[in-house]
Amino acid sequence: MAFLQTSKTRAARYDVVVIGSGAAGGMAALTLAKAGAKVLMLEAGRKYDPVTETPMFQTNADAPLRGANTPDKPYGFFDATIGGWVVKDEPYTVKNKVSGAWQDGTFAKRDATDQNFMWWRSRMLGGRTNHWGRVSLRMGPDDFKPRSTDGLGFDWPISYEEIAPYYDRTDQIVGIFGSKEGIRNDPDSDFFLPAPKPRGYELLMQRGAKKLGIPVIPARIAVLTKPMPGRAPCFYATPCSRGCSIGAAFQSTTSLIPYALETGNLDILTNAMVREVTLDAQGRANGVHFFDKASGQEEHVLARAVVLGASACESARILFNSRSARFPQGLGNSSGHLGRWLTDSTAGEMSGQIPALENMPLHNEDGVSFQHLYAPWSEAQAKSAKAMGSPRGYYTSFGGGRKMPGLSVSLGPNAGGLFGTKLKEEARRYYGSFVSASGRGEMVPNDKCYAELDPEKKDRFGIPVLRFHWKWNDYEIRQVEHMQQTFAEIIEASGGKASRQPLKDASGVMTAGGSVNHEMGVTRMSAKPEDGVTNSFSQVWDCPNVVVADAGVFVSSPYKNPTLTIMALAMRACEKLQAGMKDGSIPVPA
Amino acid sequence: MDGSPTSLPLSRRDALRRIVAASALAAALDITAFAAEDIARIGDDPNLLAKEIPWPRLLTAEEKRIVTALGDLIIPADQYGPAASAVGIPDFIDEWVSAPYPEQQKDLSVIRPGLAWIDAEARTRFGKGFAEVDPTQQTALLEDIVKSGSPANKAAYSFFKLIRDRVAGGYFSTPEGWKAIGYTGNVPSTEFAGPPPEVLQHLGLV
Repeated sequence: MAFLQTSKTRAARYDVVVIGSGAAGGMAALTLAKAGAKVLMLEAGRKYDPVTETPMFQTNADAPLRGANTPDKPYGFFDATIGGWVVKDEPYTVKNKVSGAWQDGTFAKRDATDQNFMWWRSRMLGGRTNHWGRVSLRMGPDDFKPRSTDGLGFDWPISYEEIAPYYDRTDQIVGIFGSKEGIRNDPDSDFFLPAPKPRGYELLMQRGAKKLGIPVIPARIAVLTKPMPGRAPCFYATPCSRGCSIGAAFQSTTSLIPYALETGNLDILTNAMVREVTLDAQGRANGVHFFDKASGQEEHVLARAVVLGASACESARILFNSRSARFPQGLGNSSGHLGRWLTDSTAGEMSGQIPALENMPLHNEDGVSFQHLYAPWSEAQAKSAKAMGSPRGYYTSFGGGRKMPGLSVSLGPNAGGLFGTKLKEEARRYYGSFVSASGRGEMVPNDKCYAELDPEKKDRFGIPVLRFHWKWNDYEIRQVEHMQQTFAEIIEASGGKASRQPLKDASGVMTAGGSVNHEMGVTRMSAKPEDGVTNSFSQVWDCPNVVVADAGVFVSSPYKNPTLTIMALAMRACEKLQAGMKDGSIPVPA
Repeated sequence: MDGSPTSLPLSRRDALRRIVAASALAAALDITAFAAEDIARIGDDPNLLAKEIPWPRLLTAEEKRIVTALGDLIIPADQYGPAASAVGIPDFIDEWVSAPYPEQQKDLSVIRPGLAWIDAEARTRFGKGFAEVDPTQQTALLEDIVKSGSPANKAAYSFFKLIRDRVAGGYFSTPEGWKAIGYTGNVPSTEFAGPPPEVLQHLGLV
């Protein structure tokens, strides 16, 4: 069992086929393979090895165009993503906000696009874990029961207490730094690694936020500050978004898949694009159809169970395309909830400049390349936000500092006609004095946001593609206004000046849905079959030997970035699947 | 991003000619619709460990000489570090404006006419091309551009600011530029020490 060079060498049948290799697929494969199941992982993209492919220590001058964003590499040349907003010949359709017409999703700046939705896809082993922000926040008790808490959205069929043990075990696999703070709805972990010290500008903004009653605490990030087996600790240099050849920054390709392979129970086939889950005569899943890009052949592999971890929307697409006489609207869609309740995180930002940071004594503040501090949602914020009509929370983190300079380095407020030695002096004076505060917030699910199959369009494999509907609620617009106002206040309270007035009406600056890469909810779990796509163990109601391991099962979209919860739920779902296959409680094909 | 299937494919030269000719219109046009499809691009899966620039360079030798002279006025050799040309900035500007992407093509539509303008201006004033006149004359010309003034100067000023920002950004992206601006990172260490005492003092945090 290992990496398969070709589909010809795979077995005809596996215990479980896992679709996808990122947070969901990686954790599913590890959990199942450890429990003794024979697993085939199918990844639509190519094999990718961060140990040999990551540009560690390269400077921006070592990249074409100084590493600038281009339509080919939207997050910059060095970003560890193969794919992006556009995957060649694999379109998705979005609505043009201005003309109302349907169009293919395209490369666009998320805050300037006319598209209602943007869909980031990776086509590589490890999926989106190769470049993600590593923010690892547990959802809290209220996050699982939002409707019971404030009457909006929907409750999950599970509670924090039920998932807490899986968070504990996930934390020990992933490796997350943080600190115990005892904040009720931002649960601590007993397994936090030590957090790195704050940077200078973070200390200033911590002090500023404190004046506003907003506590700022160590961030919770999946970067090792102590070694773990097979993975070295961070050496505090070179950006994590490029990937991490030493395994310090968590990614499925260094931190899950090697350990799953070690069991001897996992085969991996890359360049395998799944079309649909197939059923036997009794309506039990018995395998998947996939397109083998290497041979150009459509193939079928048999399995006793199928785990979908292709990313929320891609997994929903596979279910939509798994149509049969029994399930003409797609597998898992008997309730009509497939594709609905699509959410993303909100995003708000404010930049500014702090004179105290000018002319700083030279020092290195690279750190872990992510925030070292963050502000979880506070009581003070909740109170003022509620008064503005914004019911849900967001977290705040601070950017800036003496980062590796790139093409967009600022020459300071007097840049106007600067040139010559004076230019260098001004650049030197102001370097590191620019800061930003940014927020990622919770969206209340609404019925205007959903994905469905495009009635006509197909990708190059002949597989029908998704099209997206999207509309922010006023809740989110008010929330982004609250972010802007609060961030400006924090910057001022830190002795700085915000770069602009906070907007009174943020409806014009709302990002396109999906642009924060946190798609959730399209295969949501539910207590009753009529209310969702899966049960509380992420098994598809229509067909329990199909499990959805990614963020599609989320019922709410708390401001806690989804990756950690994806992994905890995937572990829980796959252990239940394995147990159910053993004791016969989950029907599997003979 | 590959243009709509119904749009007519344009040759690279035609596309670029259209951009240059219509520089005033460039911002308003959907450049992606006729982005030169026959020019090699980075693609979505390049080798990240090698700097391979697949597109041909567009600047002429004469244009590059002007860029070199201008670049070294913007970033001269001084106590903070070497001049722009010493760290390959003229090549970088050529690489940048030759790239087959909308942002870079838009820059080309400003920079190429700008280079022609500043050269002509030098000839009018000093009887020689910009790259040939002596540094005090070059500086005098730049000084005039950056002084706010007539609408004619406005176009020259936006050209200056654009090429100045690209030169400076390109420079500060290099290890020499890091030293000039005061970046001391990108070095491994066993722990992150946090701000040293003199920084805490500077920030009033002790």
